[in-house]
Amino acid sequence: MDAVTAEKTHVDAPLIQGNPTFHDVSEKISSLIEGKTPPLWFIAIGLSSSIVLLLLGSVGYLLWEGLGIWGLQNPNGWGWAIVNFVFWVGIGHAGTLISAILFLLRQKWRTSINRFAEAMTLFAVICAGLFPAIHVGRIWLIYWIFPYPTQYLSMWPNFRSPLLWDAFAVGTYFTVSCLFWYVGLIPDLATLRDRATTKIRKVLFGIFALGWRGGNKQWKHYELAYLLLAGLSTPLVLSVHSIVSTDFAVSIIPGWHTTIFPPYFVAGAIFSGFAMVMTLGIITRKIFGLEDYITIRHLENMNKIMLLTGMMVGYAYGCEFFIAWYSGNEFERFAFINRAFGPYWWAYWSMISCNVLVPQLFWFKKLRRSIPVMFVASIFINIGMWFERFVIVITSLSRDFLPSSWDYYRPTIFDVTTFIGTFGLFLTLFLLFVRFLPVIAMAEVKGVLPQADPHHHDTH
Amino acid sequence: MSERVAGVIAQFEDPAALLKAAERVRDEGYKKFDCHSPFPIHGMDQAMGERRSPLGWIVGGIAVIATLAGAGMQWWTNGVDYQFVISGKPFVSYQAYLPVTFAVAVLTSAFVSTFGMMALNGLPRWHHPLFESEQFKKVTDDGFLVSIEATDRKFNVEQTSAFLELIGGTNVEVITCD
Repeated sequence: MDAVTAEKTHVDAPLIQGNPTFHDVSEKISSLIEGKTPPLWFIAIGLSSSIVLLLLGSVGYLLWEGLGIWGLQNPNGWGWAIVNFVFWVGIGHAGTLISAILFLLRQKWRTSINRFAEAMTLFAVICAGLFPAIHVGRIWLIYWIFPYPTQYLSMWPNFRSPLLWDAFAVGTYFTVSCLFWYVGLIPDLATLRDRATTKIRKVLFGIFALGWRGGNKQWKHYELAYLLLAGLSTPLVLSVHSIVSTDFAVSIIPGWHTTIFPPYFVAGAIFSGFAMVMTLGIITRKIFGLEDYITIRHLENMNKIMLLTGMMVGYAYGCEFFIAWYSGNEFERFAFINRAFGPYWWAYWSMISCNVLVPQLFWFKKLRRSIPVMFVASIFINIGMWFERFVIVITSLSRDFLPSSWDYYRPTIFDVTTFIGTFGLFLTLFLLFVRFLPVIAMAEVKGVLPQADPHHHDTH
Repeated sequence: MSERVAGVIAQFEDPAALLKAAERVRDEGYKKFDCHSPFPIHGMDQAMGERRSPLGWIVGGIAVIATLAGAGMQWWTNGVDYQFVISGKPFVSYQAYLPVTFAVAVLTSAFVSTFGMMALNGLPRWHHPLFESEQFKKVTDDGFLVSIEATDRKFNVEQTSAFLELIGGTNVEVITCD
């Protein structure tokens, strides 16, 4: 059944279009790795790795000179670095949601997008982790956050501090995501091993495929391990950004000290993550001709999730305002009026327009299925979500309890270059991934093809 | 150099054929056989007479230990060995200890799931007699194969090969190794 008839008969369109055979799937996805490198790839990685140089330069200068090169001052002890940290960690959440929660909910459409969404999670968390690491000032002593026995310090980290929770939460998140991603890759690496024509591919894919033989005695343990990893990652989708939010919520700064923060951060994280999956997914799909694998149905489903989570953050914005008024606390009230109408009004209204107004387009089926519309919308949502973190961090810090200590925060050129640099790092890693590893989970896609069901030909 | 027989493999048409073949091989009384496919096939465990993987119990057991270890570490370091006052918080605070306890439990369980799966599957194992077969490479693409190992009590090269052919297997191949 093609997409048009499916549309008319109100049946879900097939997950993968064009009725490929199992072999077609291996052929299509592997050819992206085995074929000649497209010239566009070289241009893209040339650009992105140049931006990585910008990042290295900015971080190198920071380590040489110190945190003074950033726009930090009193009372803004946290600036762009923390904004960017929260932004990048949030981006990662869509990958985990797709790979874990949608797996447990038996949402078979996830198979087309989970591999690159998971890769995106890893790369986003690498970019995120960079910021707190360089923000500590003396990065060469960062191992002090770990509880290791030492005579030199003769003390232990403070486990009652949200900043330490954060190190554990983000560290766990990254490691578990890596394991999940790798376990998912094993059968596909075996496919590439068995197709390999060059020595180097044979050796490298051979090593990383671990000698996978695809026997049911292996699949049995494999499937359970995958299920367990999905089950373990599912609470992480909710816990990581909840713990990130406690960095703020456990303090007493007006605008931060609220109980709505954990769910509000999680919804925002999923919202921004899906926007990034959408942006990258549309580009990857177009460049590699994956229209049959990442279909309009997949994109439409993601748009629906963005509409839902966008409404959730919109509700949170409203709820925060209401509670600030209802609490009767004058500092809290001031913090929120200051957000919308104070010196950073432009950031607040950019956030509202991008995060609350833009997703409303997705109420309309026509717009939800239009690629140019969703592409532009996804970019606006990412911009909006960066502004959300900017609003939270900066407006609250710049004007706290004591008006005499207020100050206007301005980033320096190094704040800007470091942030742009992380985009270079993210894109470089992503480009390496699409060139050397399968962007779509072949074994999983084969498993959702209609002929994969042993009862496919039975008449019920 | 003397070569010995490691097993016999045969190809089947599609997942349904492989499932039926698995039932026949099971009913014939073979134990050391496996059904290879590019993706897991629903209902195959039953068809092969396989028991459920014990991995869940292993991970569950170690998760309990990890939870206690994570909580114990915080209790001992912050509550016993090195007490210091921060924002008037109690030295031992189960609320404040929860996030790290949870992280330690999840992290350990994820490692055990991954490496436990590898251990149960005997991975990594880079060399296996089955890799000597050219047609076995189809398994990771679109091939559905049954393999019966020579160490099985019922195994006999001629009879087992004939049996695989009888139940619909094609390209029956004897796998040898040094």
